[in-house]
This record gives sequence, structure tokens and C-alpha cells, in this order.
Amino acid sequence: MTDATLVPARAPAQNWSRIALRWLLFTLLGLFALFYLMPLFVMITTSLKSLEEIRTGSLIAFPREVTFDAWRTAWSEACTGIQCEGLRPFFWNSVVIAVPAVAISTMLGAANGYVIAQWRFKGANLIFSLMLFGCFIPFQVVLLPMARMLGLMGLAGSIPGLIFVHVIYGIGFTTLFFRNFYVTIPQDLVKAAKVDGAGFFRIFWSIFLPLSLPIIVVTVIWQFTQIWNDFLFGVSFSQAGTQPVTVALNNIVNSTTGVKEYNVDMAAAIIAALPTLLVYAVAGKYFIRGLTAGSVKG
Amino acid sequence: MAPILDITNLRKNYGATEILKDINVSIEPGDFLVLVGPSGCGKSTLLNCIAGLEPISGGRIEIGGRDMTQVSPKDRDIAMVFQSYALYPTMTVARNITFGMKVRGADAATQARKLKEVAAQLQIEALLDRRPGQLSGGQRQRVAMGRALVRDPKLFLFDEPLSNLDAKLRVEMRTEIKKLHHNLGATMVYVTHDQIEAMTLATKIVVMKGGVVQQIGTPAEIYNKPANLFVADFMGSPAMNLIPARAQPNGQGTRIEMDCGGSAPIVLKDSRATGLPQDVILGVRPEDIAEAGFRAGEGVQEAACLIDMVEPAGADTYVVSQLGGKQVTARLHAETRAQPGQMLDLAFDLSKVSYFSPATGERLN
Repeated sequence: MTDATLVPARAPAQNWSRIALRWLLFTLLGLFALFYLMPLFVMITTSLKSLEEIRTGSLIAFPREVTFDAWRTAWSEACTGIQCEGLRPFFWNSVVIAVPAVAISTMLGAANGYVIAQWRFKGANLIFSLMLFGCFIPFQVVLLPMARMLGLMGLAGSIPGLIFVHVIYGIGFTTLFFRNFYVTIPQDLVKAAKVDGAGFFRIFWSIFLPLSLPIIVVTVIWQFTQIWNDFLFGVSFSQAGTQPVTVALNNIVNSTTGVKEYNVDMAAAIIAALPTLLVYAVAGKYFIRGLTAGSVKG
Repeated sequence: MAPILDITNLRKNYGATEILKDINVSIEPGDFLVLVGPSGCGKSTLLNCIAGLEPISGGRIEIGGRDMTQVSPKDRDIAMVFQSYALYPTMTVARNITFGMKVRGADAATQARKLKEVAAQLQIEALLDRRPGQLSGGQRQRVAMGRALVRDPKLFLFDEPLSNLDAKLRVEMRTEIKKLHHNLGATMVYVTHDQIEAMTLATKIVVMKGGVVQQIGTPAEIYNKPANLFVADFMGSPAMNLIPARAQPNGQGTRIEMDCGGSAPIVLKDSRATGLPQDVILGVRPEDIAEAGFRAGEGVQEAACLIDMVEPAGADTYVVSQLGGKQVTARLHAETRAQPGQMLDLAFDLSKVSYFSPATGERLN
């Protein structure tokens, strides 16, 4: 880019080849984007068609007649097994699970990261390594022990039980995020605050938390996406009435009577995915900024 | 007067590594103590130990007559200025300065009054609503000082506060800190690796190397009578010339002989030095070698030397020649006629020289 501004006089042939290359690049990128967006397009158009039209029309055609019936059905009438109340009750289950689980795991991660990064104690590195290790334990491995734990705690099949599971599983990641962020904050800041007379919690509350907005955004997006999209824990540790939206979506798609209602399935899938899309749309730019946030200059 | 800071037999280890070895320092109220040494000599660690930010492995620290060895930093009645300034990035300047008072529960009126005083003193009234990110380096430095001043502590601690400033600002702030010390009559402990800062600010200097105190004294003592080769070389710019020489008792004094390139050795007579061993290292400051005829007095001896290089520096001209196999710098007046490659008569002021033992590096006279 810079050489173009520095050397304005160029042979025309060279210029043409540059432009051609640029066009080729954009065309290729455009094709990739189209390919990637194709499923979303099919989902949206299908969800807006009537069953009749789906049966007769092409998969990638625009709807001839836009109807929101499928959305209404998916939200409040579709059957998940024997119950036919749509996604609505399960959507709220997911909200009730995700919001406290995200909040608690983020707060714990912030506190852990602060201690590990700025109050180096004996074994701090070991504890951090173990937490990091926790990020890489596959879900399947913890299913049975966790089921037993929840049973012993009397939380089996309940929403608090699911919150508990997600908090425990999330702490590894949230601690990692906050620790890596706080490590870039100079230790002198803690020293200055100590000389000023501030204690452990005061320093965390007055100095570190106000600095943490970018990393809080990253952590919240990450945790919300993980917890909202979780299926395995949801299906393993819930019972009728406490299932999250992902499990309900699966049930809607799998419990059909006679005709498969593709438009309802598509609408239900979009509804289930909407909150995470929304979170990205609102806070996406902070996500990138927070991930690349470097040192904080005082 | 009772010492305000008294450090006895202080030791600090990190695992098996000894960072500080048997430190003993004591200062009176109103002193300006400078800890100076090359990087890694333990001076900052010592300051952190005084502040209570690093636990010590042995010994005792007293501040204002109270044993502070086990006391936490906030109860030591100290304030500290950091090299990185360590301003709280999300707080305004005003809140940065008053944070300590707020934490200690001072009422709002007191906070406002002290803030106003300090802001006026440091001329930062216009900056109070800004955040540290919006300030220049010099302004941040002032705010950091304000945060310390507002506390009115028994002891001010400075950890290389000027290292991050550019050369011009550094000299300005140096003067300002000196003025501040004078006006407040406060006691200060100041860490630096810059020997000029140490000389200009201190009432007392501690020169450190490898966690060991090399010499404690006033700037004049350190400069004129360095305790060993390290101190002689470290303090002063350009550094003291350290010339290997042979000493022989000669009547009342001593005959000093130095090799001089290919030609005959230079011989000087020091009428005051006695009892020197045969091999010594002669330490002579560049300003104690002048052009012949420009320096007179007892102890001045002249000898002809081959000049290798002439470096005009404006106020002075430095000439370099070879003695005892070492480059020797002399500080001549600006209008000297010295030419590279020619002989020049130089006057050595032997009343100011130091002698060191080549084996131990310790001072002999």
C-alpha cells in the first residue's frame, strides 16, 4: 500500500495487472462469503415459506409468499415430545441458566485472574496450570462424575444444577482470560496502591475492575456463547421442564408426526441461535479489541 | 538526633540467591539518601524492603524509632514514587492524588484542602480533571510526586523517578526535586543508576554493587576518596583514570613510575604518600590533570605525554593519552593548543590522587 503512494509514476501495464489481481482477490473472497452464507440464506427463506411451497419449490428460491406461521408455531406451538408449547418455555430456561452462570463464572474468573497475576503466592503457577488443564478436559469425561456430584448435592435435573455445571466448567477459561489480561498491568500499580493503604479487595475493586471492561466483554461473549449453545450438559443434567433451548430444538426436529415441517425446524433453529448472534452484533467489536488488548499505560 | 531510618544487618535472599548482603545504613531527619549502583546491584530491592513491599530474610528496619520489620507498607508512614509512575489509569489526577486519603478515611474537606495545596505546589491545578493517559511524561511525573506529597509521610521513597523522562526534562525535574527537599525539609530515599543524579541530589550516598554496600558517605567523600576501584570507576564522568604504576619509597614521600607507550616511563614524586606496596593503581580524576602552567600548588608535578586524541567539548577540551597501558583522559581548558600525535606537558595534581591495591581493589591512602 505504501509503495503506491510513494511511487505515483508507474508503467500502465503494471497498474493493470495490479487492478486485475485486486479484482480476482475480491471475487474469490466474495465467493467464499457467499458459500459460507448459503446455509443461513436457505434457513431464512425456508422458514418464511409455507409447507406447500417447500414441497413444490426449489430449495434456494425466494419465498413466493412470505408467511410467519412457521415462526409462530416454532415459538409457541411446536411439539417437543408429548408437550406442545413450542420453544418458549425452554428459551426462558436457557436465559435463566445462562445469565447467572455467565455472571458468576466471569466474577470468579476475574477474582482468580487477579490473584494469580498480581499476588504471586507459592504454587500460583501450578494452580494456574491446573486450571488451564481444566479448559482441555472433554465434556464427555466429566459427565458421569458430575452426574454423581449433582445427585449428592441434591441438584440433579434442576436449573441450579446446570448453572453449577456451567460455572465450574467455565472457570478455567474465564480465569485464563483475566489472568492474561491482568498480567499486562504493571505490578507497580499494586505496590503504589499498597503504599497508599489499600488492601486486597480495595485494589481489586477500585483499580483492577475499572480497567477490565474489554476483557469482561470478551469473557461474557465467550461464556454466553458456550453456555447458550451447550447441548451435552443440557441433555444430560436436565429433566422435563428444565431443558435448555438447544435440547428442545433437538426434540422439535426429532418428534414429527407424519409430515416433516422444515419451515418450523428452520425457524426454531434461528430462534435458538438469535441470542448469540445478537451478543456478537452488539459487542463484537469489543470482542476483537479485548482479545488484542495489550498493556495498559498508566 | 535519633535516626529516622535505621537499617541493621539486612539480608534478602530469593531462594539460594543472595540479593542483599548485610546492609547497614542509617539516616537523620532531613537527609537525602541516594542508593546508586549499576542495574542488578539490589538498590531497588533495598528500597522495596524499606517500603515493606518485599519481605526481608534477616536483619531489622526501623523508621522513626519504631521497628517496622514486620509492619505492612500502609502502616510504615512512607510514600513512594515509582519509575513507571504507577498512576491509576481509570482515575482522574485529583482522584489519583486523594486515593490514599480516601482509603484511610480522611473526610472530604481535608482531602480537598490537601489536594489544593499540593496541586499549587506542583503547578498541576489545570490537570486535576484529566486522566493519566492524557498527560505527558513530565506531567505524570508531577502527579506521581503529588500523590506522595499529599500524604505528609515520615519518609519519601523514590524508585528511579526520572529514568523515563527525556534528558532535558530530567535535569529540570532533578532541580525541582532538590528544591522540594529543601523547602519541605523532608527525609528522602532515592534510587538511581545515574551517578550525576546521585551527586547533585544527595546529602548522603550509598554505592552498591552485587548486593553489597561499597561505600557510604557524602557526595564529596565518595567523589574525592572512593573506597575502592569500583566506586572510583562508577562515580564521576568521564570516569577516574586508573593507571597501573610502580611505587618506591623515596625520602619523605614516594616515587611513582608509569609506563608511557614506547618512550621512557613517566616519573612523579608524591611527597605525602607513604607505605605503599610496590604495585599500585593510581587513581586520578580527569580534572586533576591540567596543561602545564595552568595548575600550581603543592603536589603538582609535570611530565610530558604523547597525546593520542583531542576532544573539544565546548567548556573544556578532553585529551586522551596512554599511560600504564590504559587510556588516560585529561580535562584541559577549552583553548588548549594540544594536537594529536604531539607531546604535551601535563600537570598532575598529586594532592588529589587515590591509590588502590591491584589485588584487592581497596583504597590504600
